[in-house]
Amino acid sequence: MIQRITSRLIVLLLTVLFMGTAYGVIDSYEFSTPEQEQRFFELTNELRCPKCQNQSIGDSNAPIAQDLRREVHRLLNEGADNQTVIDFMLARYGDFVLYKPRLAGINLVLWLGPLLLLLVGLTVLIVVVHKHKATASESAPAAPDEHNADKELLDKKLNRFLTDYLTTHSSEDNKTDGKE
Amino acid sequence: MKRRLQLFLPLAIFLGLCLMFYVALFRENPGELPSALLDQTLPTFELPTVKNPDKKVTRESLLGEVALINVWATWCPACRVEHPYLVDLANKGVPIYGVNYKDDQPEARKWLKTLHDPYRFSINDKSGSLGIDLGVYGAPETYLIDHQGVIRYKHVGIVDANVWKNDLEPRFRHLQKQVRQAQANNREGEAK
Repeated sequence: MIQRITSRLIVLLLTVLFMGTAYGVIDSYEFSTPEQEQRFFELTNELRCPKCQNQSIGDSNAPIAQDLRREVHRLLNEGADNQTVIDFMLARYGDFVLYKPRLAGINLVLWLGPLLLLLVGLTVLIVVVHKHKATASESAPAAPDEHNADKELLDKKLNRFLTDYLTTHSSEDNKTDGKE
Repeated sequence: MKRRLQLFLPLAIFLGLCLMFYVALFRENPGELPSALLDQTLPTFELPTVKNPDKKVTRESLLGEVALINVWATWCPACRVEHPYLVDLANKGVPIYGVNYKDDQPEARKWLKTLHDPYRFSINDKSGSLGIDLGVYGAPETYLIDHQGVIRYKHVGIVDANVWKNDLEPRFRHLQKQVRQAQANNREGEAK
């Protein structure tokens, strides 16, 4: 009887011990639902530690990060939704606590800046291409005329040259023929 | 001529970007966050003081004068550095309230006894909850409040002669002037 109780006690002790190692890495918070626990981890990963700057509060061991985790847990337990928690942090630490910047105020530059630059680039490209095409098509109809005129001139010159050449050379040919 | 100027547009944009990056990269204090509480009133609280655990002070205990609120702790080496200067300021008549942030109380009392106490009183913020409401993320931090408890400026880090002269004192004096003017106007209004 005593043996059974002691063995059960040992099992219980071991269970408690291993629970400790499994969950002791993070703060020992209790959550009423698994869904709430999930939200806690999401939120603490989204919120940035104001002191350590490149870690989330879920990631950091800084005392301020611990305090903020405690606050997140407290708010969740009080039934706050995610937005309430985020607003709570924003009111105290400003936009800096968010890893994902809000779509408001000065942050619009971050969100819309690249899009705006792309649009400006595209308009410039389109305008340049259009202008280029316009000048190309303006000069295009003029080109065949010029070309024809040149060709006629060239033909004339070539004809004159040929006739001259033939007249002079035909007599020369006759001379050489005569020599042989 | 207009076309000429247009050619310089990309250069102008480039220089603008350079300026932006330069300013962002070589800020004097890149770790410093702008306070989200500027121009907002102090959060409400009810906490004991360091010297008297039975006495509770509230937000209202800090009102009435333009004053400094200095967040300090014995575990904070920078607080040790700025402490003599705070004593100087208090001797000059600047009202300073302390927020003893997440500290060991006997240690804090010893500190005030041996190093002199520049504070009107120090609020015992053992849990750091007032600190969180103030947006404190480290010590020391010093807030400048007006007589109605509106936060007008926040300095992160040590307060020394330089910081006081360049950042805090001009704002402090300016606020004091405003308050005096407002009070004079009130008196005039009442007299009429």
